[in-house]
Amino acid sequence: MSHGRTRADRRYRWLSAAVVALAATIAPRPAPAEYGDVVLNRFAEKEGMRPVVFPHWFHRIRFRCKVCHFELGFKMRAGSNEVKMNDIIEGRFCGMCHDGETAWSVENCDLCHSGKAGLPPGIFGGHETLGPGRW
Amino acid sequence: MRLSPFARQRNPASQLALPPDGRRPVGRAGTKLRLAMRIALLPAIAAMGWPAAAQQQWQPLAKDGLRDPAGPAVNVLQQPGEALSRLAPDSAGNQVRWVKALEQGQINPRSNLKAETKVQYYDKDMLLNLKGGMPVVRFSHGIHTKWLDCSNCHEHLFKKQAAATKISMFLILQGEQCGVCHGAVAFPLTECSRCHNTKRADALMDLERDAQEKGIAPPAPGTLPTAAVAPTTRPAPAEFGK
Repeated sequence: MSHGRTRADRRYRWLSAAVVALAATIAPRPAPAEYGDVVLNRFAEKEGMRPVVFPHWFHRIRFRCKVCHFELGFKMRAGSNEVKMNDIIEGRFCGMCHDGETAWSVENCDLCHSGKAGLPPGIFGGHETLGPGRW
Repeated sequence: MRLSPFARQRNPASQLALPPDGRRPVGRAGTKLRLAMRIALLPAIAAMGWPAAAQQQWQPLAKDGLRDPAGPAVNVLQQPGEALSRLAPDSAGNQVRWVKALEQGQINPRSNLKAETKVQYYDKDMLLNLKGGMPVVRFSHGIHTKWLDCSNCHEHLFKKQAAATKISMFLILQGEQCGVCHGAVAFPLTECSRCHNTKRADALMDLERDAQEKGIAPPAPGTLPTAAVAPTTRPAPAEFGK
């Protein structure tokens, strides 16, 4: 029996090939977004602007985490901060630096509002462990 | 006797569709099978990345899947490769060893914007997971407070009192506790040994020696806490000694 090519044998072979193919299809691909990129799009697109892409890598070269997550009051969990444009114009959140002195001012809309249409808000470029993206 | 599919999978001859005598499958069926297997494997190999692609590389912003390539930002903003290729290399996350880059002065990020903000630093190491199966975690408050403020983790994620918070790998993998940052912006959870970095015997010896020096009895095997303050610690970086 073990030497013969039974129907069951063939079925298992095709089944294992199908499993490998399926696994390859749904396996996580290397995320093209940079690790820690955050998309803010709960309000932007509704207001007719591109979604905001916030790159953690760029900011942490220049500021330690505590500057934004302690002094500026950004909560650590993505999605837990309601950032409105008015806050920024009045100097809160991003507006603490994006004031035309430390960093570019709010007139440069397209530099932050730079995302593709329809991006869901959340943290990208991350790991298959999801990170704090569960929100 | 009927073999389960799993028993069959473990039989190499059956798994690779080789006849038991080791010859490759012959005839049209064998050729078709091998071809199908190779085609099926191609996307798997592509998903893993070719070995050559294991070296550092960063997507240009226009191809990062997030930025609108038609927008002006992709031509104005700094490219990740330009900034990150100059920093201490890593194989995971941003492919940068951020702590090393900071300690070696490759980057000098600001600690505060307002002059009156009190920048906090704490240097005690913690020994975590003293009773678990994986190696002990030697957690450096020093490294973490270089980046973070105490209030970023205490008391809502972790109680300050040692062993008062049950730390769970299950929660961490769900993006809670350490997983709020590790797996999102700090090095990912694939890098087990960066946290689970201390042999249990070494950690226990460290605690025992400390108890002896202080003239107190070391914890009996049954009463070992899950976490303890490490007797020795990393020296505070010079910038905080001032």
